[in-house]
Amino acid sequence: MTKQVKQLDRVIIRFAGDSGDGMQLTGDRFTQETASFGNDLSTLPNFPAEIRAPQGTLPGVSSFQVHFADHDILTPGDSPDVLVAMNPAALKANLADIKKGATIIVDSHDFTTRNLNKAAYAESPLENDSLSEYDLHAFELTDMTVEAVKEFGLSRKDASRAKNMFALGLLSWMYGRPTESTIAFLERRFAKAPDIRDANVTAFNAGWYFGETTEAFVVQYEIKPAPMAAGTYRNITGNLALAYGLIAGSTQSGLPLFLGSYPITPASDILHELSKHKRFGVTTFQAEDEIAGVGAALGAAFGGALGVTTTSGPGIALKSETIGLGVMMELPLLVVDVQRGGPSTGLPTKTEQADLLQVMFGRNGESPVPVVAPQSPADCFDAAVEAARIAITYRTPVVLLSDGMLANGSEPWKIPEVADLPVIDPAFATATNHTSAKSPDGEHDEFWPYLRDEKTLARPWAVPGTAGLEHRIGGLEKGEGHGNISYDPANHDLMVRTRAAKVARIAQDIPPMEVDDPSGEAKVLVLGWGSTYGPIGAAARQVRTAGLRVAQAHLRHLNPFPSDLGDVLKRYDAVMIPEMNLGQLSMLVRAKYLVDVVGYNHVRGLPLRAAELADAITDLISTTTQEAPR
Amino acid sequence: MTDTLPFPGLRGVPAADAPQNRKEFTSDQEVRWCPGCGDYAVLAAVQGFLPDLGLKRENIVFVSGIGCSSRFPYYLDTYGMHSIHGRAPAIATGLATTREDLSVWVVTGDGDALSIGGNHLIHALRRNVNMTILLFNNRIYGLTKGQYSPTSEPGKVTKSTPMGSVDNPFNPVSLALGAEATFVARTVDSDRKHLTEVLSAAAAHRGTSLVAIYQNCPIFNDDAFEAIKDNDTKADAIIPLRHGETIRFGSRGQLGVVRDPTTGGVRVAQDPDDADVLVHDAHAEDPTTAFAISRLTDAGVLRHAPIGIFRQVEAATYDDQAREQIVTASQGTGDRPAALAGLLSSGDTWTVV
Repeated sequence: MTKQVKQLDRVIIRFAGDSGDGMQLTGDRFTQETASFGNDLSTLPNFPAEIRAPQGTLPGVSSFQVHFADHDILTPGDSPDVLVAMNPAALKANLADIKKGATIIVDSHDFTTRNLNKAAYAESPLENDSLSEYDLHAFELTDMTVEAVKEFGLSRKDASRAKNMFALGLLSWMYGRPTESTIAFLERRFAKAPDIRDANVTAFNAGWYFGETTEAFVVQYEIKPAPMAAGTYRNITGNLALAYGLIAGSTQSGLPLFLGSYPITPASDILHELSKHKRFGVTTFQAEDEIAGVGAALGAAFGGALGVTTTSGPGIALKSETIGLGVMMELPLLVVDVQRGGPSTGLPTKTEQADLLQVMFGRNGESPVPVVAPQSPADCFDAAVEAARIAITYRTPVVLLSDGMLANGSEPWKIPEVADLPVIDPAFATATNHTSAKSPDGEHDEFWPYLRDEKTLARPWAVPGTAGLEHRIGGLEKGEGHGNISYDPANHDLMVRTRAAKVARIAQDIPPMEVDDPSGEAKVLVLGWGSTYGPIGAAARQVRTAGLRVAQAHLRHLNPFPSDLGDVLKRYDAVMIPEMNLGQLSMLVRAKYLVDVVGYNHVRGLPLRAAELADAITDLISTTTQEAPR
Repeated sequence: MTDTLPFPGLRGVPAADAPQNRKEFTSDQEVRWCPGCGDYAVLAAVQGFLPDLGLKRENIVFVSGIGCSSRFPYYLDTYGMHSIHGRAPAIATGLATTREDLSVWVVTGDGDALSIGGNHLIHALRRNVNMTILLFNNRIYGLTKGQYSPTSEPGKVTKSTPMGSVDNPFNPVSLALGAEATFVARTVDSDRKHLTEVLSAAAAHRGTSLVAIYQNCPIFNDDAFEAIKDNDTKADAIIPLRHGETIRFGSRGQLGVVRDPTTGGVRVAQDPDDADVLVHDAHAEDPTTAFAISRLTDAGVLRHAPIGIFRQVEAATYDDQAREQIVTASQGTGDRPAALAGLLSSGDTWTVV
């Protein structure tokens, strides 16, 4: 039958099912198809911490949301237009997020009494009018899948496992997605099991044909490619971009990359990824614990490597003492914190931004550490290169603050030219730098490991194997210049201030703030950091569309702040700081600039909702300026 | 001098261009241990022995943790790091894995290695990273002024145990053998000759070498090792281990270590038949007998202790294998920026014109 084609500018789809239903894979494939089609997109995987929670239960529901459009978009979206629910629990767990009138596609096969009970449904929602305000489509997805793949002789259980591909095929038809990449992917993935491979490809195609022929759907949708700057693109998650950024930091500095790490959600994928790239001289050391991971990285840094450790909040707590040692010894060290919900074990698979004060202050003594935060999945690449640059140039541990949303979320990434990446000079010390009283000719005859560079205040980095520069460093206070142990009161005061001044000087390399204010007349500034960039940007657009004026700025460097941040803040009558914590950047900004910022804080383990944030911004604008939406 | 040295443990570490002396290995820092501390004797032995290794001084690194003995690196004019409590084996693992050309030493104590850093110690030993660990065992906490340590005897009265310690102690040699360490030895601070001999063998060993050194603390645990140091008693107290030799000792040679069929272990026998006395085999693949011998050490006040090399076997090292994987993977990587460009644009891509 010929179907009507309807144009849309954007769609949000959420695939939801049991943890074992392959929803992450389904979402990922739909995303790849969408990326290669040329839409802009943003994704939000959401899965339980349990590997296989009891089947069919609410805690076992796993989902993947993808937002794609014919224009540039900033977030995975607040509320799906389409929900694919593979069982009653998936329907129940996600229904509250779905707007009225949205399309719901369910696999009616799984709506058995047993499964309905597990999801705490007294009666089937497919058989009463509880879903009457939605565009509900209940199909026997499992039965159709089993029927389609029966020629391959699989058991009913194995055959039914391809139902996620049937659903993907159906959705791919509905939105006119290119299918080649998924078929190529299935052929690669199941190359060693031809019957499983053929069943998945067949189920995928069957889903597509079902969409084409069923009378249930009379409309196929078209979302035109989004205009994007010329270049070559790929879709990328934050953890992958971050791993690539670390390899780029190694290549651009000429330092071998050493990763010391202990597996922890949601950071482990960086360890997995880097372990695949030994051909770039990358050493990955899976340590006995978090402390050994950072310790080995610091040991490697002493030997002249780019030492990196990757973890999440609980791991930072364990690494704190070693980071302090790095501060004292003034060696380059990259500490990656992929934040998750806390405190303690908290919400391992959910996102949060509540480690900012921990990485700023969670060490004994005055222990300044630079902090860099990426703002989107693809931006993790540039942020990692920047963190490596600061660590190497200033001889200091640097914390790179990602989060679960960035780590697992994805977006199109314009692949950079290697020639355009910054070159990082490790500038190893190779010669003596000080003249002792014993020098016969007034020439330098000894090495002082704490004699500093005038511009950066960085100390020389002399690696073992360099003749004549033998020296000892450690956690005890150092005498300025010579670096021997010193308990002198004035020296300690000087060294504490010097370490702080060195980190403050990093601001000299930080570009001025970029403030987005199309009107140039906004009275309210919204300031953010990290993964809230997307929701803040989307909220600002909604506010402006409603006829109000608002400025947006986003911080990449949280320590030190850009030099002009204070001036920027003072230009506005009100400043709002949205964060996925209870006001950590707010506290830092209030303390440093004495600006009475307004917090907007949610810690739900999920990204901020743009629409709710837009309402809060609108309220702030109206109380600040007496302006109201047109 | 040749470019390479005959010891497998130091393969890859460049040889010195000219003979060296003790003075070159002595830093300009004033040594700050208490008068009479056993650490002085070990330092003197190490400063005297390092020139004999014939390595470039700049390719030697000493890493320590926290405690009296951990001040050691400051007094040697090599590269050094005085790190944090218990973590030296972890730090040295990163250094040794990335730098094959370095001779890496860890200096630690009974508190540093066996209490706060116990985890790192056993994992370094099982991985067999190429480094030599000197474990100064004075059976007391010195730097924190006299609390009992994880090797103190049960019942020990200290500042923190006025009614006597109720902790069961570790035997560091048993622990290391349990972790399947490939080189485990015990020596004594006051026996310069034996100390040097054991250190030489440890340095020559490829893999993690653990050298436990009985070291006297004259302030908080004086004479803890009197039985094995006193000329009148030591012949009966020291159970000497020499590979390939029978384990027979005593002032008149009247004692010997024999198998004990009732326990499956070993015991000290009076006037045993020569045929029954155990011949020490440090090279045995199976660490069971070495472990049994280590149990002849007194857990309480020390009256007997085996001294010497318990185990010395060849096994693949973590760092060699990690480096080999990189060498294998790197074949054909070619121009690095081009390879990076290839990596960044791998996977499904699309081009916008």
